[in-house]
Amino acid sequence: MPVQIEPSTDRADTLTINMGPSHPATHGVLRVILELDGETVVACDPVVGYLHRGMEKIAENRTYLQFIPYTDRMDYLSPLAANVGFALAVEGLLGIEVPPRCQSLRVICCELSRIGAHLVWLGTSALDLGAATMFFHTFKDREWHYDLIEDLTGARLTTSYTRVGGVVHDATADWLKRLHDFVRAMPGRIDDYEGLLTKNTIWLKRTQGVGKLSAADALSFGVTGPVLRASGVAYDVRRARPYCGYENYEFEVPVGTEGDVYDRYLVRIEEMRQSVRILDQVLRTIPDGPVNVDDPKIFLPPKTRVLTSMEELIHQFMIVTEGFECPPGEIYVATEVPKGELGFYIVSEGGKAPYRCRIRSSAFNNLASLSHQVRGELVADVVACIGSLDPVMGEVDR
Amino acid sequence: MGVTAPAEGAAAIELMAARFPDALVESGSFRGQHWAVIVPSRWSDVAQWLRDDPRTDYDVLLDVTAVHWPHRDPPMEIVAHLHSHSRNDRLRLKARVGDRGPIASLTPLWRSADWNERETFDMFGIVFDGHPDLRRILMPEDYTDFPLRKELPLFRG
Repeated sequence: MPVQIEPSTDRADTLTINMGPSHPATHGVLRVILELDGETVVACDPVVGYLHRGMEKIAENRTYLQFIPYTDRMDYLSPLAANVGFALAVEGLLGIEVPPRCQSLRVICCELSRIGAHLVWLGTSALDLGAATMFFHTFKDREWHYDLIEDLTGARLTTSYTRVGGVVHDATADWLKRLHDFVRAMPGRIDDYEGLLTKNTIWLKRTQGVGKLSAADALSFGVTGPVLRASGVAYDVRRARPYCGYENYEFEVPVGTEGDVYDRYLVRIEEMRQSVRILDQVLRTIPDGPVNVDDPKIFLPPKTRVLTSMEELIHQFMIVTEGFECPPGEIYVATEVPKGELGFYIVSEGGKAPYRCRIRSSAFNNLASLSHQVRGELVADVVACIGSLDPVMGEVDR
Repeated sequence: MGVTAPAEGAAAIELMAARFPDALVESGSFRGQHWAVIVPSRWSDVAQWLRDDPRTDYDVLLDVTAVHWPHRDPPMEIVAHLHSHSRNDRLRLKARVGDRGPIASLTPLWRSADWNERETFDMFGIVFDGHPDLRRILMPEDYTDFPLRKELPLFRG
């Protein structure tokens, strides 16, 4: 992308430098143009779009079902969360609700991906600041979480686990038992992570008071998720407008006071604990029953029936080749993904594809606050700020 | 349904109709989510009132985007999603403008308008008056089309 590196102020004594788009500390293809006065940042211009794939345009040319695999590739650290968000949006448009067991499975998907995404954030943002040990610990546990996801969905990243009206298949009793082992082990693991960082002098010096964002600024920037909560605003979509039965689980919404990099660290650590707590409750309350709606016009029939019955074969063929119709209307449905509020605004004119599918990206809006945060900070702190915003460029650029 | 509170935004639209009777063009709802179409010349006045009046108190601009309706006149519909933390309420605000706009930028009111309006410009070519830095954000700077306009095909042979 040919972006000129031009000084943004008229000062002759500043130095303009380029960081990225391929830089180990930008967490993907993010480019940042910095104007420095000595080591102090005078101006910062994040350049995004290197991973833009035109997903909103693609959505207009695919059936609703065909778009689910694209949601895997938005926030590629938590594909399951985006799968759930998109399925909920289309279900909202159709006015259908999935059965209780499916809702519980979707909560498992959302919370498991929150833990996985936060583990990557913790490992990489600590690595950025020189704490390499952290990375090995979190990635070891992240492999455990990936083993679970792979056994549930068949893939580590390209999960495509949800369908409009349900999920692809049920979780087995054995899988739920193995999830239970993970849930039991994680609190101790999180204690270990905290032992390495929470009171570590170097970590405190690198993160406290850095990248401060006041509550008013955070709201003005439309920041959501852990970054907003670290600034002291207790807004969580799961609490404010529950979906998938989140209102039935006990969990706390951790908030910070300073809005700095350290508070974002504390908030995410606590969020992992709360996710474990939710998973534990889901495992104790998950009901038996179907995992998809009983509507052959929307949901694919079971494979065994497709191979033995003419009617199901036709339904399968029609849904896969033609898709199903949604009523005319428009809906905005938001879910709390690991980065914040992910919203799908779908405009339907009737028909089998969205007329317009707007993806309100949490990471895009959070990243927009970067320039404000780093102005006046040291150049080394830019890395800490980027890490604390946890941008995933797949979702920023879409 | 679980995903939407009933009558989301309805109370604010009633207040808006009383406060700006000449600015409200149309309103409607779908699955409990209410939307209002505003006269484009009053876009930022109405938005500012929605933000500042304690009865509406929409402190967050969640998103700004557009929908292209090539067979309608005017063809572009700007769509903004507002959120109020204090009332836990949402409102979808729209304005219908010409092919390239223009419409007043909401950047003086919310800083989240900055990148979102840049993206809307990048994708649709709509000009936001008063935007401090209206340039492409996702597409390359030397790109000449506006990808989300309906006349642009998904594939170009």
